[in-house]
Amino acid sequence: MNLLKGLVIIPCYNEEMAIGKLLTEMKVLSLPQHIDVDVLVVNDCSKDKTSAKAREFGARVIDLPINLGIGGAMQTGFIYAQQNNYDFAVQMDGDGQHPPVELIKLIDHFITSQSNIIIGSRFVLKQGFQSSTLRRIGISYFHYLTYLFTGKSIYDITSGFRLFDKKTIQIIASRYPDDYPEPESLIILSKAGLSVKEVPVIMRERQGGKSSIRNFSQLYYMAKVTIAMFFSNIRK
Amino acid sequence: MGRIQIITILVNLLFIWYVAYLIIKGKLREEYSIVWCVCTVILLVFSFWRNGLQVVSNLFGIYEPPNMVFTAAIFVALIYLLHLSVVASRLHEQNKKLAQEISLIKLQLKELATKENS
Repeated sequence: MNLLKGLVIIPCYNEEMAIGKLLTEMKVLSLPQHIDVDVLVVNDCSKDKTSAKAREFGARVIDLPINLGIGGAMQTGFIYAQQNNYDFAVQMDGDGQHPPVELIKLIDHFITSQSNIIIGSRFVLKQGFQSSTLRRIGISYFHYLTYLFTGKSIYDITSGFRLFDKKTIQIIASRYPDDYPEPESLIILSKAGLSVKEVPVIMRERQGGKSSIRNFSQLYYMAKVTIAMFFSNIRK
Repeated sequence: MGRIQIITILVNLLFIWYVAYLIIKGKLREEYSIVWCVCTVILLVFSFWRNGLQVVSNLFGIYEPPNMVFTAAIFVALIYLLHLSVVASRLHEQNKKLAQEISLIKLQLKELATKENS
């Protein structure tokens, strides 16, 4: 079997508390023989020692000179993956919500299903950390909106634990939303004719740091993402 | 010539001088100065031609000339604000691209340096 090269992209903003543990877990992870995975930490201009900490644990680190938000940081990783010819890229949050062991499920599913995008979903089997009620209402709203726009039923639409194949990387390296990119990018990619599959994973509660979506910004989040999804849908 | 005419003409000339000063000092790009120059010219025309407002209002079927002034001014201001939002969006996008390029090049440099040292 051909060797598959993958890149795990970890976007980080002030994650010095969680990043060390995550990188250690990544190191001891035993993957199938024909799969080779590199770890890339994208430090989104953190104010703490995230960058030094990640280096200390042996990760390759990209330091952004200004704060771009999660989407801009992820896109930097995708451009890196494109330039270095990786076969697939995985997004994994820096706060430890996505246990590295679950990565194997994503990769396995990618190899067997040959889908373009694999989403690690909390809600298929309803195991592990399930997020708060309010957030689940928001997620089901976006689930419905995505169904309306694309005809696809994706349950964990806001999941940031996702695997993209080579073809997808080409697209998202040149076009990826800036903030709250998850639901919108799925619309863009569905419209590009790429296949999306969900695979059940077990997530944890964040191990440190703060969510990028808090308090009043939840309303802003709903409005911004709704508008973005709508326009992504009608845009050619 | 009425007192108010002299005041508006003077203020206008002062404004044009300031816009020109900003361009000369390189603080205002020419493409953004066009709208300011056009606005001052229009104001200048109406400062000299006092009946102009009445004539133009009649042309559009507006009874009170001041109403036309407010409508036109607010409309122009809104359009210009929209234009500025477009400019800001473009700058945002370019800024992002630059930051991404720089960070990727920094990583490459660092890796080259470590390769050479080893």
